[in-house]
Amino acid sequence: MNRTKKGKQSGRSLPVSWVPHFLLIFSCVPVFLIHSSSAAEITIGSKKFTESYVLGEIAKRVLIDAGIPAKHREGMGGTIILWQALRGGQIDVYPEYTGTIAQEILKANRALSLDQIRDSLAKFGVAMTEPLGFNNTYALVMRRSQAQQLGVRTISDLRKHPELKIGLTHEFLDRQDGWQPLRERYALPQRNVIGIDHALGYSALANGSIDVKDAYSTDAKIEQNDLVALEDDLQFFPKYEAAFLFRLSMRPEAISALRRLEGTLDEKRMVRLNAEAERTKNYTRAADLYFERGAGLASGAGESFPQKLTRWTLRHLQLAGFSLLLSVIVGIPLGIVASRGGAIGQGILGFASVVQTIPSLALLALLVPLPFFGISIRTAIAALFLYGLLPIVRNTASGLQDIPRSLRESAIALGLSPTTRLWEIYLPMASRSILSGIKTSAVINVGTATLAALIGAGGLGEPILSGLNLNDHVTILEGAIPAAVLALLVQWLFDLLDRVLIPKGLRL
Amino acid sequence: MSALIRLIDASKRYGDAAALHPTNLSIERGKTTVVIGPSGCGKSTLLRLIIGLIEPDSGSIEFDGTSVTADNVAALRRRIGYVIQEGGLFPHLTARANVVLMARHVGKSQEEMQSRLLELCELTRFSDNLLPRYPVELSGGQRQRVSLMRALMLSPQLLLLDEPLGALDPLVRAALQKDLKEIFARLRQTVLFVTHDLAEAIYFGDEIVLMNGGRIVQKGSVTDLREKPADPFVLEFINAQRGLASL
Repeated sequence: MNRTKKGKQSGRSLPVSWVPHFLLIFSCVPVFLIHSSSAAEITIGSKKFTESYVLGEIAKRVLIDAGIPAKHREGMGGTIILWQALRGGQIDVYPEYTGTIAQEILKANRALSLDQIRDSLAKFGVAMTEPLGFNNTYALVMRRSQAQQLGVRTISDLRKHPELKIGLTHEFLDRQDGWQPLRERYALPQRNVIGIDHALGYSALANGSIDVKDAYSTDAKIEQNDLVALEDDLQFFPKYEAAFLFRLSMRPEAISALRRLEGTLDEKRMVRLNAEAERTKNYTRAADLYFERGAGLASGAGESFPQKLTRWTLRHLQLAGFSLLLSVIVGIPLGIVASRGGAIGQGILGFASVVQTIPSLALLALLVPLPFFGISIRTAIAALFLYGLLPIVRNTASGLQDIPRSLRESAIALGLSPTTRLWEIYLPMASRSILSGIKTSAVINVGTATLAALIGAGGLGEPILSGLNLNDHVTILEGAIPAAVLALLVQWLFDLLDRVLIPKGLRL
Repeated sequence: MSALIRLIDASKRYGDAAALHPTNLSIERGKTTVVIGPSGCGKSTLLRLIIGLIEPDSGSIEFDGTSVTADNVAALRRRIGYVIQEGGLFPHLTARANVVLMARHVGKSQEEMQSRLLELCELTRFSDNLLPRYPVELSGGQRQRVSLMRALMLSPQLLLLDEPLGALDPLVRAALQKDLKEIFARLRQTVLFVTHDLAEAIYFGDEIVLMNGGRIVQKGSVTDLREKPADPFVLEFINAQRGLASL
């Protein structure tokens, strides 16, 4: 479902329409995991929607057919993520749309010619192929039956029906070439406009919750759902011609292989490939259709489910485990300082609490632009670490503060040094509280780590995101059930750990 | 024989309230000095000043001829044993670990600790079978015996007891009073004992220090207090407690 629409969406990255987007991002997970690609291998990126996946597969296929090793990191995210990955050399190629390049990457407020685009891209060490042959622009779509009944054929016709309910993707609502200017150009009267995820929007349209939504002109869903695209009679939408962006430093034989795709894909064909990909959920096979060979492809047929599950789970544990370790290493000392109260103690607890109130997606989105982080497992671990901090800091502080004054004074009066008091008396006495803080963090981290897939860090969020993206409940459960089981196991493991780590005298 | 502890014009305030007005007091070696008085009279403040949990706002405190400062307070504490009402035992450590905690930290050998431990068990009438138990597994009286052992482990010059028997039921309390008195005599221990119970003060005290409102009202033997009260409060206090006892 999301395939087409994301094509153009470039911009604003994660926080906006969160549910669908982060799901998509999940798919990028595997990509980042394996970040050391061999020097000779060409890495292709794609955005998190069907058409981008298919184009990525086609590029991979054409490179491999030319004898050039290539791999495809599917669905890494939105425009900005792919663009930064390309500039940073984490990927060498990805499919993009001219309108998006002009508006979102080059921030031009007018249409740019292909040559103008090429000149501007060259400054970043990036080049663009000729257009592939189809224009995937935005469109407004309606149910065919309703459009016929109301006599709506063009966007201008919407002026006569102010009662229509409009549901738009969050990205379209915010884009420079999106809803606001569109409404002004056409003087549309509708005030009942809501933001809704692209995939969910189709369901909403089908059941009548909304009457009009945004879509991409090559979106296979338009035909499948018996929708019509309204004619852009005032030519509001810019052209979104698909092309590949690649690094100028890419080997020449790879460039020439890629160029063989120029002008070979018209709209009709792209719609067909998208439909095939949606139907089979097999992008490789859809890409093969392009090469007009029905069968026998060599490329990555794929892992079995147990293999995938193992990979997701290990990555998930890695994410949750690392971040938890950091939270413990940092959180306990902070909790000790915080337990002493005063301005510093208040400050620490305040900071940890504030971090906790930031929605996890927003936190991820805030970290992504920072130099060291970007789209990587580091970012996911850093975000999880920050989330895990509060329970540990707070429980350490309160566990220490709950030690009766008489016992603290006994320790002092006995003549024990401050270090000994802390390690041998106070921390063991607070161990139950500290461990329960760590347990809370661990369970939170195991749950929140599913969001890591949003920024391509992998884990069990990966199938959840793909499933959401494809509206495929089985795939969602493939991630959701193991994640829940994992959370229970973690809980159980910590209950066992309590018996080992809490001194016996405190458990009697 | 000079005094072991000397307070020289020592005072302590909490905010506007004077917990202890400038006070002079000497604690004689080898004797049991009992500090008595109603709640809030300043007796706990006095004790906490001596062990260095709080510092005086004015005046000074001398221990064995040395003025107590922030630098030497840690070392001086090891020469003082301290027992509080609830025992102050660390719940995560066994009775044995509680007793030897400090000895271990000053580097005593296992043999040395073991023999001192058995000596103390005998002295305090605590069965060494109970040493592996945790505080929650001991009765109130047993806990106070362990607390006393812990306080005596390093043979302190001064033993401070802050209402050590206050939380015990009467039978246990009576038994422990008797044992304590014997122990003090056997060790010729310098003891500072805080209580609010006059009978207990009379039972233990070579010297009684009666406090009220952050001041020492009178210091002397029971007889002195009874026959030469320095102040109407002394009589009032004695009579109030007596009245109860005679019921």
